[in-house]
Amino acid sequence: MSSVSLSVYLVLALILFCIGLYGALTKRNTVIVLICIELMLNAVNINLVAFAKYGAHPGITGQIFALFTITVAAAEAAVGLAALMALYRNRKTVHIDEIDSLKH
Amino acid sequence: MMEIAWIVPLFPLFSFFFLLAVGKKMKETSAYVGILMTLLSFLLSLAVLFDRLGGSTYKAEHVWLTIGSVKLTAGFAVTALNAWMLVVVSLVSFLVHIYSKGYMHGDERFSVFYAYLGLFTFAMLGLVLSPNLLQTYVFWELVGLGSFLLIGFYFYKEEAKAAAKKAFIMTRIGDVGFFIGMILLFWQVGSFAYDDIFRAAEDGTLSQTMVTLTAILIFIGAVGKSGQFPLHTWLPDAMEGPTPVSALIHAATMVAAGVYLVAALFPLYEASETAMLTVAVVGGFTALFAATIGLVQTDIKRVLAYSTVSQLGYMMLALGSGSYVAGIFHLTTHAFFKALLFLAAGSVIHAVHTQDIEKMGGLWRKMPLTGPLFLIGTLAISGVPLFSGFFSKDEILVAAWTHGHVALFWIAVVTAFFTAFYMFRLFFLVFGGEKRHDEKDVHEAPAVMTLPMIVLAVLAVAAGYVHTPWFGTFLGDWLTDGAYAHETAPGWIMAVATAVSLLGIFLAWLMYGKRSLARDWLSSRVPYTYSLLWNKYYIDELYMRTVGYAATAISLLLSYIDRFVVEGIARLIAATVHTSASLGSRMQNGQVQMYGAVTFVGLALLVVILAFTGGYL
Repeated sequence: MSSVSLSVYLVLALILFCIGLYGALTKRNTVIVLICIELMLNAVNINLVAFAKYGAHPGITGQIFALFTITVAAAEAAVGLAALMALYRNRKTVHIDEIDSLKH
Repeated sequence: MMEIAWIVPLFPLFSFFFLLAVGKKMKETSAYVGILMTLLSFLLSLAVLFDRLGGSTYKAEHVWLTIGSVKLTAGFAVTALNAWMLVVVSLVSFLVHIYSKGYMHGDERFSVFYAYLGLFTFAMLGLVLSPNLLQTYVFWELVGLGSFLLIGFYFYKEEAKAAAKKAFIMTRIGDVGFFIGMILLFWQVGSFAYDDIFRAAEDGTLSQTMVTLTAILIFIGAVGKSGQFPLHTWLPDAMEGPTPVSALIHAATMVAAGVYLVAALFPLYEASETAMLTVAVVGGFTALFAATIGLVQTDIKRVLAYSTVSQLGYMMLALGSGSYVAGIFHLTTHAFFKALLFLAAGSVIHAVHTQDIEKMGGLWRKMPLTGPLFLIGTLAISGVPLFSGFFSKDEILVAAWTHGHVALFWIAVVTAFFTAFYMFRLFFLVFGGEKRHDEKDVHEAPAVMTLPMIVLAVLAVAAGYVHTPWFGTFLGDWLTDGAYAHETAPGWIMAVATAVSLLGIFLAWLMYGKRSLARDWLSSRVPYTYSLLWNKYYIDELYMRTVGYAATAISLLLSYIDRFVVEGIARLIAATVHTSASLGSRMQNGQVQMYGAVTFVGLALLVVILAFTGGYL
């Protein structure tokens, strides 16, 4: 029944991660950037679950890890969006390239 | 007295430092400091000489440096030669110090002039007291420095600046030879001391080739200092300095240092036939060569300068012919009569404010002291009987003849003829004939200038009698410790010498005194001679075209290498650093995405490195 091999999952995860990375590094809108980061986290989740099933030592650990990641990602999204809201109130913008006060 | 001979050079040294420190305030009174100090030097030198006359050589040395097992010593020696030179140098220096008080009167840098004179006198006296080559070399360079400073004394004149540099560089070329020779001797003998070197040359520690090589190398140094061909070109240019300097440094003392060096190292030269021949040939050639140039020059000091070169050639010829005594004897008489001639020339220049002999004339009546004094100097240098130059020149001719240098003997005779001719040409043009200058108020020099000249004039006559075939060869006996070989010279040599000098004087009188013979009698018949002589055989031009241009070309090449290769590399490095810095600073733009990208690229690089090295970097 398992005709799909590990590498297929890994390639999928890779593609997802790259799309996420590309988006995170290039998009101006901070909301899109946050979504892209979620995409990268999910690519990692796919990896964890795939290794839990098809890895050298299959077990439950990977799946537990994935659940933790989902929890942390939810918290991160909440904190990120809250920070963005606060930023928007102060700077009247959500464009990431205009937020460059780290420079000085 | 000989134990304290080392104090002799310290008087002028004190004068140098003292005048440097307070000369500005003393103005013209600084002359008295200089005169007093050189007088003390002279008196002490005299005492040393009298002490040495009856005694034997005194030598004192102290260890100066210890390098491994080699001990370098410094000290002083009072040999017959040294004692003699001390008196000659300090006497001429003393007289020039007095003369300068009148000549330099009104000069803004009066005290500086006296300070430099003090430095030079110190160095020259130190040079003649040195008991080893290294110490000689140190003072040798110091006299060069004194000469440089004094030639360039009028440094606001371009010619003086150029002449000072030329003198320094030309003598330096010779000094390189001296230095190499000195190091070679040290390498072979293991000591700089004259005594050790002579012992080594005698007992064969030094091979014959090495003796010849080192002797010739050291002779190159003497060639540079004494203005011998081919390094003579700096000496006529050195006349840009004040005239008392020309008298002291470029006629009487420093230029004689080369002759002194060869004389001091005479046992080394005697050990090599080739070296002796080289010295004799260079000397003889220079004597004739410079005398012919002197025939046509029109600058009073330049004529005297070429005659100095020529007379130094005579001294070298004497030394090369094996006659140590004749060389030193001529050095002494020349120091007196040439200093006299220069001081008299200075007095003339002082009066008419020009150095061009075509613009003088008729000064005999206007300058009742300078004229006869100049005449005495002229008679002495021309070798007229009873004057000092006659005896010393005769001694040299005898030496050349008895040592079998027949060709050199005749060269010396011809030179004597030319010398008499150009010196009397100078005399008739300056003092005889009609007035050709525009100076209205020509007056005799003050007593402070004429007195030293009178003393020198007395010496220019009397100095000859310390060594004559008629009354006794005192100088020769004393210098050689009684071993002076009384050569039985054929009597006709003296007759020939007298005849040629009288002939030269007669010819000069016909051309420039009586004017019954046209001045262009020869030059109109033999074309190109005049321009060849006038341009000093184009030696300066030759050096410019060869060495000068070659040096310029090499410098140009090196400057391009410096500009494009060396500087190019430096600029490349700077540009690399600059580019990477600006790249880095452009990345630091506060954009979080840029930071993220850099982080990611860095991580990726680390992963790639890990993948290739397996983590074992």
